[in-house]
Amino acid sequence: MAEFPPELRYLKSHEWAKQQGDVVVVGISDHAQDALGDVVYVELPEVKAECQAGDEIAVVESVKAASDIYAPVAGTVIEVNAMLEDSPELVNEQPYADGWFFKIKMSDSSADEGLLTAEQYQALCEAEEH
Amino acid sequence: MGKKTPLFERHKSLGAKMADFGGWDMPIHYGSQIEEHHAVRREAGVFDVSHMTVVELHGSGGLAYLDRLLANDIGRVKNFGQAMYSAMLNESGGILDDLIVYATGDPYLVVVNCATREKDLAWMRQVAAGYECEVVERPDFAILAVQGPRAVEKVKSILGRELFGANPVGKDRVALIESLKVFQGGWCDGWFISRTGYTGEKGVEIILPEDQAVTLWDSLLEAGIRPIGLGARDTLRLEAGMNLYGNDMNESVTPHESFMGNTVVLEGRDFIGADALRKQSAHDELIGLVMAGRGVVRAHYPVFSNGAQVGETTSGAFSPTLGKSIALARVSATSANMTVGIRGKMQAVECVNPPFVRNGKQVYKPRKT
Repeated sequence: MAEFPPELRYLKSHEWAKQQGDVVVVGISDHAQDALGDVVYVELPEVKAECQAGDEIAVVESVKAASDIYAPVAGTVIEVNAMLEDSPELVNEQPYADGWFFKIKMSDSSADEGLLTAEQYQALCEAEEH
Repeated sequence: MGKKTPLFERHKSLGAKMADFGGWDMPIHYGSQIEEHHAVRREAGVFDVSHMTVVELHGSGGLAYLDRLLANDIGRVKNFGQAMYSAMLNESGGILDDLIVYATGDPYLVVVNCATREKDLAWMRQVAAGYECEVVERPDFAILAVQGPRAVEKVKSILGRELFGANPVGKDRVALIESLKVFQGGWCDGWFISRTGYTGEKGVEIILPEDQAVTLWDSLLEAGIRPIGLGARDTLRLEAGMNLYGNDMNESVTPHESFMGNTVVLEGRDFIGADALRKQSAHDELIGLVMAGRGVVRAHYPVFSNGAQVGETTSGAFSPTLGKSIALARVSATSANMTVGIRGKMQAVECVNPPFVRNGKQVYKPRKT
């Protein structure tokens, strides 16, 4: 069974977001990595890139398909996960830990209020499967 | 719900991710497609390919019929049981399907793709009307492909034990495998075993009665042979430079546009599509592409030569063996400056002649432009 850590927030498009002060760490959910299959490449955003919530900001390529990654909040990219360059499999192995994608410094600290809770997101995933 | 092979419950209990494939519920992977790919390149793996369509050609006119039906020349096949790869063409020279025929006399044994089954059977029966030849589908067969550098030795070790009753049968099957040349098959007590495959590795394909498939499957897994899904089958065949019908060829292209010119024998022959091929002059070509940079080339990406679009990719994937992306592309021209457009960005690619990988090793060579 896929894991849905309750402390995280989620997007319908299967990203997770973890708020740490005014910084949000972003990755893809366990459900998403399982559906994608082995991840072979992640095209990450440039550090200092600015984004609006909902912008296509990265691409994850698995053995199966290329999928867009959307910014969960507006802000500026301050760090990307360089480990993914040589070890894209971290996205499959540790989707909520070493498999994170990038960090955004929020331009509006209340910006993540529209995201889904773990419970809401899990319900969405289960509905997709049926 | 789609059609199920005799191994459907085995796939489910192994935790396979299942998906529809030509109307069949088939395993895509059992956890990690990349690990499965490496298992076939380095050790041995088994594929359930029972969805593929097995056809027998009964009657004394099989040879004459195949000479008319196929672009490749069955008359050149001399050894009993030798396999021949061929395209089956329409009158325009377009590829209806690609297939393997085993020169087993009456009945000949033919394996065609499952996605084209109905079209193929209708066409084959239509052509057969003029010959002493009856096209008989054999849906009662299962097919297991065992592939990899250790595949043959492991299959022999299993068959040498007491399996399926009396051991003499197993010994006969081992003797059959030992007698077969690469790309040759033969019957033994209801099984057709051939030294063929779709991976670029050594191995065997076993066509057997469907009620024996589970027993053989379980024995293969017990011997340490890994189950492999259709996901890895696709990357293995692409690395091996083997076309996939529906991707790399279809009814709108000829064998010469599909890197299959060496499977066409025109001289002195009158097969369906031959006249159209004789009239074909300048045509596109199917080539291999290797991308040095990061990213993944997939099917239907635009291909450019000196900045002008010359075609598109027909198959593309990340090659686990090479650690970079490879593709097949149908193009009207090549040059030293080839690129592929990936989400609007140009990525440099090298033009090569397939195959990319054989027997676990990189083998591709730069293509002369």
